[in-house]
Amino acid sequence: MERFFTLFINPVLNKEIKLRFRSFKSFLGIFFYLAICGLVSLAFIYIESTFGYGGFNATDSRNLFMVLAIGQLGLVTFMTPGLTAGAISGEREMQTLNILLTTQQSSTSIVLSKLFSSLAFLVLMLFASLPLYSIVFLYGGVSPSMVVITFGFQLLSMFTIGSLGVMFSTIIRKTMIATITTYAMMLFFLVGTLILFVISLRFSMAYNPGSVSGGNEYLPYLFIMLNPIVTLFTIYEPSAFSYELQATGIEWPLWSGFVISYFLIAIVALIISIRRLRPSMKVKTRKKKE
Amino acid sequence: MIEIINLTKKYGSFTALNNLNLTIEKGSVFGFVGPNGAGKTTTFSILATLLAPTSGTAYVNGYDVTKDPKQVRKHIGYMPDFFGVYDQFKVHEYLDFYGASYGVPSKERQAIIPQLLELVNLTDKKDSYVDLLSRGMKQRLCLARSLIHDPEVLILDEPASGLDPRARIEMRGILQELKNMEKTIIISSHILPELSEMCDYLGIIEHGNLIASGNVNQIQSQLQANKILFVSVKQDIDNAIAFFENDLNVQLVERDDKDEQLLHVSYEGSDDDQVQLLKKAITKDIPILTFSQKQSNLEDIFMEITKGEE
Ligand SMILES: Nc1ncnc2c1ncn2[C@@H]1O[C@H](COP(=O)(O)OP(=O)(O)OP(=O)(O)O)[C@@H](O)[C@H]1O
Ligand SMILES: [Mg+2]
Repeated sequence: MERFFTLFINPVLNKEIKLRFRSFKSFLGIFFYLAICGLVSLAFIYIESTFGYGGFNATDSRNLFMVLAIGQLGLVTFMTPGLTAGAISGEREMQTLNILLTTQQSSTSIVLSKLFSSLAFLVLMLFASLPLYSIVFLYGGVSPSMVVITFGFQLLSMFTIGSLGVMFSTIIRKTMIATITTYAMMLFFLVGTLILFVISLRFSMAYNPGSVSGGNEYLPYLFIMLNPIVTLFTIYEPSAFSYELQATGIEWPLWSGFVISYFLIAIVALIISIRRLRPSMKVKTRKKKE
Repeated sequence: MIEIINLTKKYGSFTALNNLNLTIEKGSVFGFVGPNGAGKTTTFSILATLLAPTSGTAYVNGYDVTKDPKQVRKHIGYMPDFFGVYDQFKVHEYLDFYGASYGVPSKERQAIIPQLLELVNLTDKKDSYVDLLSRGMKQRLCLARSLIHDPEVLILDEPASGLDPRARIEMRGILQELKNMEKTIIISSHILPELSEMCDYLGIIEHGNLIASGNVNQIQSQLQANKILFVSVKQDIDNAIAFFENDLNVQLVERDDKDEQLLHVSYEGSDDDQVQLLKKAITKDIPILTFSQKQSNLEDIFMEITKGEE
C-alpha cells in the first residue's frame, strides 16, 4: 500500500508540478483559455437569444454543451502530444536524465510522475472550465451525468494519448521526432480511424450486399471505436452512426469498446516506457542460438 | 570497493572496452587516465548502471551491476562528464530534490545540505537559481549532489574539467576530505599530472585496453620501456662511450649538449642489471663521477605511449 502511495507522491512529481506551475506562463494559459471558452459561450447565448427561434432554450443549451465538450475534447487531444512527447526525451536532451536514472526512483514512478505532471496542466484547465458548464445547467437540456461522462472521456483520451507520448519520448531520443510521431498517432485516432471506418465499411457492404444486419464485420467497429470524438458524439446522439454500426453486427455500445481499447493502449504504452527507460543490465548470452 | 571483471563493451563491431580487469580497494582514490575515446566514460556508465556491458561484469560494494543495479545505485554517487540542471531550481531546492529522489528523509536533507554546500564552497549561492551559476560552480554543485545520500563509492567522470586552477586545487582538497571519510573514489581525467597528485592509484586506458595500473612508480616502470641514465665521467670520455655501447642493454649513448663530461645512456635492463653495469664500469676503471637515473615526467611517458597509435 505504501509502495503504491509513493508511486504517486514522489519527488519527481513534486518537482515537475513545482517547476511547471511556478511560471507565469501557466497562469496566462489558463486565463486565456477560460476567457476564450467564456466568450464563445456568451456569444453563442447572445446569438441564439437574439436571432434564434424562441430565445435560448433547452435545445440550444444542449447544443452549446456539445460544442463546448467536443471542442474541449479536440483541444485536449491536440495539446496532449505536445505536452507529453518531451517528458523523457526532454530530460535526455537537457542531460539531466542520466543523473535521475542513477537515483533510487523506480522506473515506474519516474514514468508515471512524468505522465501525470505533463497532464496536470490540462486537468487543471478542464476543472477550471467547470463553472462554464453551470451556464448550460442554468438553461437545462443536459444532465449532470452527461457532464461527468464528458469529463471521463476527456480524461481517458488525455491519459491514453499522453501515455503514447511518454512511450515515444522514452524510445525515441529526440523530442522533435517523438512529438511528430505522437501527433501522427493522434491524427490517426481523430481522422485515420474515420477514413478506415468508411473504407472498411464499404468493403464489408460490398461482400454482403444489402444485408444491413450483416455478418460479423468487426473491422469497421474496431476502427471507429478508437475515435474519441465520434464515440463521444454517439453518446450524445445515440442515433448517430447507428445504421453503420448495425452493419458491423456488433451489439456493444461504441463507448465500451472505446474505454476498453483506450485503457489497454495506455497500459501497454506505459509498460513499454517503464521497461525501456533504463537499459536492461543483463548481459546477453549467446546460448539461445544453439 | 569496486571490482571490474573481464568487462567488455562493444558497439556493433567496435570494441570500446576490451576485457577490463580492475580492483579498487575501499577508501582509495583511483584515477583513470586516457585520451579521448579511450573508454573512460563507457566504463563509468557501466558502473553507474546506465549502460549494459556486452560481457563481463563489475561489482560495487559486492553488488553485481548486471544483476542488482538497484542496490548498486544506492551505493554510488555519480557525476557524469556532461550534465544539465533544472534551470528553474534554486541551489538548495536542487539538492533537496535529489536528496528526496534518493530517499533521504526530509529532516536529514535539511541537515546535510548546508554541510555539502560548505564542503563545495557554495554556501553563499544557496538561494541562486542553478542556471545562473558558472560552469565551475555547477560542477561543484553536481559533486555535492552526488554526495547527498552519503554513498560509499563515488564515480566522478572528469570532475575537474572546466575548473580554474584555484578550483582544481580546491577540488583536490575536497577529494582528500572525501578520502578521509573512507569513500572509494574512481575519477577520470585527460591530465595525468593532475590525477597523479590526487590519486593513490592510476590506470591508463587506451582504445579500451588498460595498459598500465598501480601507483605512480609502478606505472612509470610498467610504461617506461627504457630509462635514461645520466653518467658523468672525469676523463677518457670516448673510452666510457665505448664501454657503455658495448653493453647489451644499452640502446643509445649520447653526449650532453652543454656538459662535456655528461653522457645520456638509454637503458632497458632491469634494476639488477643496472647494478651490475655500474659494478662492471668501476672494475673497468672508468672514472665515474656521478651515476643517476633521469626522473622522467609521467606526462612525457603518457604522451609517448599514446602517440602514433591513432
Ligand atoms: N553510443 C555509442 N555508439 C557507438 N560508439 C560509441 C557510443 N558511445 C561511445 N562510443 C565509442 O566508444 C569509444 C569510447 O568512448 P568513451 O566515451 O568511453 O571515451 P572517453 O574515454 O570517455 O573519452 P573522452 O575523454 O573524450 O571523454 C569511443 O570511440 C566512442 O566513439
Ligand atoms: Mg568521457
